Amino acid sequence: MANVLKKVDAVIVGFGWAGAIMAKELTEAGLQVVALERGPMQDTYPEGSYPQVIDELTYSVRKKLFVDVSKETVTIRHSVNDVALPNRQLGAFLPGKGVGGAGLHWSGVHFRVDPIELRMRSHYEERYGKAFIPEDMTIQDFGVTYQELEPYFDFAEKVFGTSGQAWTVNGTVVGAGKGGNPYAADRSSPFPLPAQKNVVSAKLFEKAATSLGYKPYNLPSANTSGPYTNPYGAQMGPCNFCGFCSGYVCYMYSKASPNVNILPALRQVPNFELRANAHVLRVNLDDSKRNATGVTYIDAQGREVEQPADLVILAAFQFNNVRLMLLSGIGKPYDPVKNEGVVGRNFAYQNMGTVKAFFDKDTYTNNFIGAGGNGIAIDDFNADNFDHGPYGFVGGSPMWVNQAGSRPIAGIANPPGTPAWGSAWKKATADYYTHQVSMDAHGAHQSYRGNYLDLDPTYRDAFGQPLLRMTFDWQENDIKMNQFMVDKLSKVAQAMNPKSIAVLGKKVKEHFNTASYQTTHLNGGAIMGTDPKTSALNRYLQSWDVPNVFVPGASAFPQGLGYNPTGLVAALTYWSARAIREQYLKNPGPLVQA
Amino acid sequence: MKTMLIATALCAASLTAQADSTLIKQGEYLARAGDCVACHTAKGGKPFAGGLPMETPIGTVYSTNITPDASGIGHYSFEDFDQAVRHGVGKDGSTLYPAMPYPSYARVNDEDMRALYAYFMQGVEPVAQPNKATDIPWPLSMRWPLAIWRGLFAPEVKAWQASAAADPVVNRGAYLVEGLGHCGACHTPRALTMQEKALSPQDGEQFLAGSAPLEGWIAKSLRGDHKDGLGSWSEAQLVQFLKTGRSERSAVFGGMSDVVEHSMQYMSDADLTAIARYLKTLPASNPDDKPHVYDKQVAQALWNGDDSKPGASVYIDNCAACHRTDGHGYTRVFPALAGNPVVQTADATSLIHVVLAGGTVPATHTAPSNLTMPAFGWRLSDQEVADVVSFIRTSWGNQGGAVKAGEVAKLRTDDMKHTSGDDLGQVTTH
Repeated sequence: MANVLKKVDAVIVGFGWAGAIMAKELTEAGLQVVALERGPMQDTYPEGSYPQVIDELTYSVRKKLFVDVSKETVTIRHSVNDVALPNRQLGAFLPGKGVGGAGLHWSGVHFRVDPIELRMRSHYEERYGKAFIPEDMTIQDFGVTYQELEPYFDFAEKVFGTSGQAWTVNGTVVGAGKGGNPYAADRSSPFPLPAQKNVVSAKLFEKAATSLGYKPYNLPSANTSGPYTNPYGAQMGPCNFCGFCSGYVCYMYSKASPNVNILPALRQVPNFELRANAHVLRVNLDDSKRNATGVTYIDAQGREVEQPADLVILAAFQFNNVRLMLLSGIGKPYDPVKNEGVVGRNFAYQNMGTVKAFFDKDTYTNNFIGAGGNGIAIDDFNADNFDHGPYGFVGGSPMWVNQAGSRPIAGIANPPGTPAWGSAWKKATADYYTHQVSMDAHGAHQSYRGNYLDLDPTYRDAFGQPLLRMTFDWQENDIKMNQFMVDKLSKVAQAMNPKSIAVLGKKVKEHFNTASYQTTHLNGGAIMGTDPKTSALNRYLQSWDVPNVFVPGASAFPQGLGYNPTGLVAALTYWSARAIREQYLKNPGPLVQA
Repeated sequence: MKTMLIATALCAASLTAQADSTLIKQGEYLARAGDCVACHTAKGGKPFAGGLPMETPIGTVYSTNITPDASGIGHYSFEDFDQAVRHGVGKDGSTLYPAMPYPSYARVNDEDMRALYAYFMQGVEPVAQPNKATDIPWPLSMRWPLAIWRGLFAPEVKAWQASAAADPVVNRGAYLVEGLGHCGACHTPRALTMQEKALSPQDGEQFLAGSAPLEGWIAKSLRGDHKDGLGSWSEAQLVQFLKTGRSERSAVFGGMSDVVEHSMQYMSDADLTAIARYLKTLPASNPDDKPHVYDKQVAQALWNGDDSKPGASVYIDNCAACHRTDGHGYTRVFPALAGNPVVQTADATSLIHVVLAGGTVPATHTAPSNLTMPAFGWRLSDQEVADVVSFIRTSWGNQGGAVKAGEVAKLRTDDMKHTSGDDLGQVTTH
């Protein structure tokens, strides 16, 4: 029998970016807020203490900040004809655990969104016709426009202390010749901090891209170019390019995180409580199934606890949001055969391609330094910035050199053909470690009928609940796009005049490989939209079925973006919070009539 | 005499009724200014219920319960309260240990005393918690010598006289610093007989001239010296520091962290300005004191890869990421070391302590980030700490002296043990 606690105004499941933003907004509105985080408390101190944190074995290899798959994981299969098996080693993606979530271990690339990607289906139908979109591709519009989200992108950047160079501010060009991105959407104010300095490899990419007629720009980064104090009074130190961003706690207070940028302010208010080691099992519904009454969780001592609340915010990692909805009976589960139901549909990912260029010993690249969000990029092939007509695929890729540091265990790359061990490997490592440039095509990924999430019929987690099952594989459109992008990127690499290049792209009929890291940018499964038949949430991230449940996060994206998702996650969360504060709290109920 | 008695009786009558909430609020503010909570609350204990152990040269005394419970001061009349706070005499007639800064509180005016009394009687939650006896052995535990001490060193309680010449803001500052703020309790050196050597500038230039080590920290000079006082600090920086625990080039540490967190951050900007302006009127102790002159030699040597100066390589490996090779740190987040008075004090205890144990800037309402410097004692030997501390004290134009390994060894406590660093700090006890 669960221990029933005193009711609060709002309970938030998960304390990453989405949870922290919601907690800040709802406490500002005067609500009594409890946030439940399944993992431990963690912060810059002591977890990020220098020099202990500069430990690749503990953090990257033994995955200190990531989920323990012996307790909870997902099962994976390529198609409905396969039997899914549990993912017993983290590989392709790295979900975080603990306070800060992915927001603590992320790199710091902090984009907005290309406006057309918010109305993906409408845009492609308008420009290329309905027939251009493959029949099984289920891309949709978000139901919200860039103009509506702009104030929230703007505010989120000020909270994150983002470094970057604007192209236009209120329609006036300010970034020409200074590293601005001519393809970027208009902004209402400049970045709060100037762009970070560029490392040598980024400058090589810039020169090569310019020689091919492309338009290089500074990556917007949530690694600070100088000391910063955000609107909440939270302080950041300056990034020193140590190269330990992704997978680590930043010891310099210079990588934006919920822990550095929001939690200090929340600690000062009496109407907020954060409970770590609180693993939520389900959202509780009343008999009508149209109203949530709170959540049930297992606390650090293994006791079942019920936390009643008027408002439930699911702000867990993308697939945990979807799983909690399925376990709680919120929304109709997706059926890929009938193409009906909403929870689990439009599960999408990222479509990465990588090219590495290797140089003679007289070209130094200093790969050991770097910052997770730092680099030079081009958007000439992102979104719909080029005519897709002749190529027959949907989606685009920003391309960049994002030198985030080459750490000594996993950071060593050698030219193609080098043995993986022995004296030849050692010699190549000595020859190339500081003479190479790695660049990526960080591709958008579309949603398809065959890629979806549901509950596994066989496997259960440590608490006896069904695991989430991923049915996922690369589709023809993905391979086509990836090959196109990798080809363009290879030409940029060739323009640097390297000794050799290594191309890591997708081959025709290639299957999804769970062992090889791609990104942790998983999207969809509990998507927002304008039609309750094809989306789980309305445009304010409110469940169509249980209106006192809101579900912020990349789980709301109907398909994967070309850019990294965090900027859009943050903006959508502020957008949703604003709707709760200004509309929902005055008149609780559906904010959009179905 | 008669009218005074009547007046007192009337006051008592109105206080036994409800003191008005403005008075209670004012009292709360003044209790913050006096930082009563700091000593009268045990670690993890209820506010003002006492029980905090305080080391004295003759043994440990415990702060008392000052909540309005019968086990606290619930039965205190205003006169009893006043006797304790301003005169140092308890209700039973015994003299209080001067851990209670009644020599400073003697300057508090009657009006503020009334407000404090109203707050402690009606604004504080009563807590039933008996007071703890001291651990002082007989015969030192006898209290009568304290009365003699009090007679010798505690000033007469009389209405505080503003200096007619000074600006009213400075006068307000003097009232707060010399009175409720009891800054001298830590920042003024004490004589062998433990009294503060000066309770005001009129008592001489020892006033707020910095203390001997106290619980492992130096309470530095607040006088006008550039080298180790507040000479290089502007009034605005001082206000920022007291309000938020940090300024452009400094961060609070040691015992002052608690003062910022529990007391100073609650002061009005006007009072903080008054405190700062008053402190800035105190002249330098050293007549030859000069402003810091930055010397770029060390920064240039480090930039050129020359770490031959003793301590330089330890500094690069452990300190430079935040404090920079030029010693300037980063505005508001990582304090400057170049020209920083706390690294140039004659006694290097504070700097050694910070290197060994690290430090956390307290979170305040207007600056909520509790920026933390991690401890380095676990990975640096006594000699390495001495080297890096000496390096910091003598680089970039700093005029502090060198430090020896033995001084470091003396300051290491069990939680600052050197583990050689072979465990990378994951395990701190061997």
